[in-house]
Amino acid sequence: MAKNEIKYLTAIKTDKPRKKYCRFKKYGIRYIDYKDVEFLKKFVNDQGKILPRRLTGTSLKYQRKLSDAVKKARQMALLPYVTDLLK
Amino acid sequence: MNNYEMMVIFTPVLSDEEFKAAQKRYTDLLAANGGELVHSNPWGLKSLAYPVEKKTTGIYWVIEYKAASDFNSKLNIQLHRDEQVLRHMYTALDKYAVEYNAKKRNGIPTGNQKTEA
Repeated sequence: MAKNEIKYLTAIKTDKPRKKYCRFKKYGIRYIDYKDVEFLKKFVNDQGKILPRRLTGTSLKYQRKLSDAVKKARQMALLPYVTDLLK
Repeated sequence: MNNYEMMVIFTPVLSDEEFKAAQKRYTDLLAANGGELVHSNPWGLKSLAYPVEKKTTGIYWVIEYKAASDFNSKLNIQLHRDEQVLRHMYTALDKYAVEYNAKKRNGIPTGNQKTEA
């Protein structure tokens, strides 16, 4: 047995993490409707906080529009400002 | 003339006739100021995500209209004076928003549904 053979205790990860994408760009959504609550809920966490771009993969342009839409929905009592177990 | 959309929350104690009268009041105001009504959509009674003025439900009304830019300030004054209105908000619509609303009205998929998969 060769001395410089490398052994791993755990199997090496072979499958790459899936690439994130901006769903607004992919599906050609140009306007984010603040009235569509079920759609906006995909971009907030259980507490009703807006999820970061880092996690959702949304582009900066649409993240800005998205945050405007969520804030409008909050103002009109369609979405809560603070909560637990939104979903 | 610009495109606007307004959402109003009325108090839940309003009867159907009072709700219709309130809608008529504002559409008349719109017509009197040379505006053009594009679409009116009364959502009806809906529960609020959090209490507003100690009320847990409200009657929603969404209206899309074209008006001159000075109309909204007049409308604002009327809505603030109105005791039946819990909350209101108007939004300026860009061309994509107008397109989206037209599609939604006619039942054409707007693209938002695709992302559910």
